[in-house]
Amino acid sequence: MLDALLSFLILTGAIFTFIGSLGLVRLRDFYTRLHGPTKATTLGVGSLLIASSLFFSTRGEGVSLHEVLVTLFLFITAPVSAHLLSKAALHLKLHSLAPLPQGERSESSGPNRSTVSQNSERDAQ
Amino acid sequence: MMSSVALPVAFALVAAAFALSFWRLLVGPSAPDRILALDTLYINAIALLVLLGIHLSSALYFEAALLIALMGFIGTVAFCKYLLRGDIIE
Repeated sequence: MLDALLSFLILTGAIFTFIGSLGLVRLRDFYTRLHGPTKATTLGVGSLLIASSLFFSTRGEGVSLHEVLVTLFLFITAPVSAHLLSKAALHLKLHSLAPLPQGERSESSGPNRSTVSQNSERDAQ
Repeated sequence: MMSSVALPVAFALVAAAFALSFWRLLVGPSAPDRILALDTLYINAIALLVLLGIHLSSALYFEAALLIALMGFIGTVAFCKYLLRGDIIE
């Protein structure tokens, strides 16, 4: 019973870690790519850590709580780093697949032009 | 069943995830893409260390996983700050 539960948790975690990296490769612009690895962080590593906690708690050496530290730290830091990454992408004006709102003009169309415009902004300052 | 089926399959899947993120790190095309790929590589390294801890039934690997999580977060924040401001410590 415990063995089946551990196998299920380990397989779920590994599959979601794989799907997160697959999304990182397959999706087409940065803002959708940002969506992929968050699944790997929360569900993938989360269930792997639950499996590890169960495994070490049932070996007769008391409750294992190291995993809770890693889980807590990952769940706190993942939104912060995703927010900073999207802010950096918006600052660099990366190309997005989403259509612009009416009346706004696209200022740049790709990462190469945007780095050039960023450098010229920095020179102007 | 766990050590004979689930663990090898999980190791293979996480290794494939490593390869895919590393491909994104090499290809890019923009700097935030590469930072995101590096962040995903840290997450995959944590997953692989947890799996290795279960496989060897040793609780020694959590310290390493915690350190990788800490350093990965600090590295991502520093890279993003550099892209946003052109400087890390102002």
